[in-house]
Amino acid sequence: MLTEKKFNLIIVLGIFAFSLIGYVINEPYFITLATKIVILGIAGCALNLILGFGGMVSFGHAMFFGVGSYVAAISAFHSMNGETINLIFFDFNGSSQMLFNWFLAVIFSMFFALVVGSISIRTSGVYFIMITLAFAQMTYYFSVGWTKYGGEDGLSTYVRNDLFSINTMLPLNFFIICFACLCVVGFILNWVINSNFGNFLKGCKENEEKMISLGLNPYTLKLTAFVISGAITGLAGALYVDLNRFVSPTSLSWQTSGELIVLVILGGSARLFGPLLGAIVFILLEQFLGEVTENWQFWLGVILVLIVLYFPKGVSGLFIKD
Amino acid sequence: MSLQLFIEQLLNGIQFGFMLFLMSAGLTLIFGVMGLINLAHGSFFMIGAFSASFVAGLTGNFLLAILASLIFPALIGILVEFSIIRKLYERDHLDQVLATFALILIFSEATRYIFGAFPLFLDIPNILQGNILLPGEIVYSKYRLIIIIIGLFIAIGLYFLINRTLLGIQIKAGQNDRQMIRVLGINISRLYTIVFAMGAALAGLAGALIGAIQSVEVGMGEPVLILAFVVIVIGGIGSIKGALIGALLIGVLDTMARLFLPIFFELIMETSQALSLGSSLASMSAYLLMALVLIFRPTGLFGKK
Repeated sequence: MLTEKKFNLIIVLGIFAFSLIGYVINEPYFITLATKIVILGIAGCALNLILGFGGMVSFGHAMFFGVGSYVAAISAFHSMNGETINLIFFDFNGSSQMLFNWFLAVIFSMFFALVVGSISIRTSGVYFIMITLAFAQMTYYFSVGWTKYGGEDGLSTYVRNDLFSINTMLPLNFFIICFACLCVVGFILNWVINSNFGNFLKGCKENEEKMISLGLNPYTLKLTAFVISGAITGLAGALYVDLNRFVSPTSLSWQTSGELIVLVILGGSARLFGPLLGAIVFILLEQFLGEVTENWQFWLGVILVLIVLYFPKGVSGLFIKD
Repeated sequence: MSLQLFIEQLLNGIQFGFMLFLMSAGLTLIFGVMGLINLAHGSFFMIGAFSASFVAGLTGNFLLAILASLIFPALIGILVEFSIIRKLYERDHLDQVLATFALILIFSEATRYIFGAFPLFLDIPNILQGNILLPGEIVYSKYRLIIIIIGLFIAIGLYFLINRTLLGIQIKAGQNDRQMIRVLGINISRLYTIVFAMGAALAGLAGALIGAIQSVEVGMGEPVLILAFVVIVIGGIGSIKGALIGALLIGVLDTMARLFLPIFFELIMETSQALSLGSSLASMSAYLLMALVLIFRPTGLFGKK
């Protein structure tokens, strides 16, 4: 059994090693898998801030993931075809700079999270699950109908954006960029969870009335956490666009929200980096089973059911002692 | 637009509403009585459609096919409740979401393995094909009318079951106070199995009835499932009456929005754009209604706080 710090270190280094092995044995597909794990891991950890620590089960996090994706993709798309977007005060030409597109993705998903959160947090329990789902479905259908940006067929951005003078098309370089994002996000989330704010948030999950009697406002606390979570999920969405050079309404669908929840529960919602382990297990299982059998979804389902029934603390519960 | 077309579409909306009601009734009971979020409810819709089209292909008898769409999902429901679902009642909603999400994968893949990847078809029996002339010169599909009538009968049947029978009283008691009915010596796990099987059978029936209008394919249950969740949240979780009213509201709203929004947008933009914008806004309408209901009534129209 490990302490949580060692556990975090081991899985982060494990992902890095996996990608390096892919580089050494010249198997770029390994690196792509590791990148996918890192990006979905970021989104999962962001979701876990409100789900595991705040007790808010959002069934609509695909919205923030997808909004981040679409904002980044639209910016890159306009920079590529030279068409300007006329905003009221200025013209926007799009951008091929990663940092700028990340910034846009984070700002937009924060805004969405603020609006959706301020309405949703008034409800709780299963109603919260469903109202977040409702908002996500609305953005999903909006993207399907928005034919200017591909509608149902999605939007291709062909090349990855630029970051300084790094060649982002090389898999290892792009992996390292995503990995750096993961580390930064990890430090931020760790700091948030262990701050006073984080303790109050955990308090809201346990007993909201107690927090009120301490003179705190649970609504503001929860909303702040919701916005932080949405912003980071949006960043993950922007990275995902760069990985695939493509975005489609699927990234806004309820299946994506469901998969993010699966990552969190699979890895274990009580730990900051549990969802990262969840992403490793989920993506490697998907990969491994897909090679062994055509009916891999069946076996994935069976394994997931067994994990829920017999490892209620998620896979990370096997490694970390309380 | 003629009045006839409007009434025809209104009937289509009601028919869609009753279909949603068959899905939501089970979902809302399962949630209300056992506290279980069952994402796999859509799979029973699919299983119902597949078993109906299998039996119809074997015997050529539509009634037998409908019977199969009730029995097979109920049997599979009992099996799953017994082996997996039962262990989830005491867990929190998260574990239920993960486990039933996994069940969707299992059911979908198993169905694809047994029946292949291509859609199947279920034919409407001869006597129900074609149209019927309703009062007021309204021409309407016989089959869709039958769906409305079946839905109506099931709604009335469920009302009597819940309010006039011993089982119904036990179900209501189970919603209010689980501990108490256990103390009163009622076999609660048997009650849970019955409610789950009943929900599965209703979903299966809905799948078979819809399967004759659309094609029968893997994954057909999930879009209906998500709308059924919207319905039970609007109606208030656990309330059959709420499910009925929510289902009819959503059915009519969705159908009408699909009819009117494209016409409306055609006034201000070109046809192809108006069509796609109109239909995507129509798909959003159900969720918009749900968000509005939850903003003003955070536990739905007929939900208890």
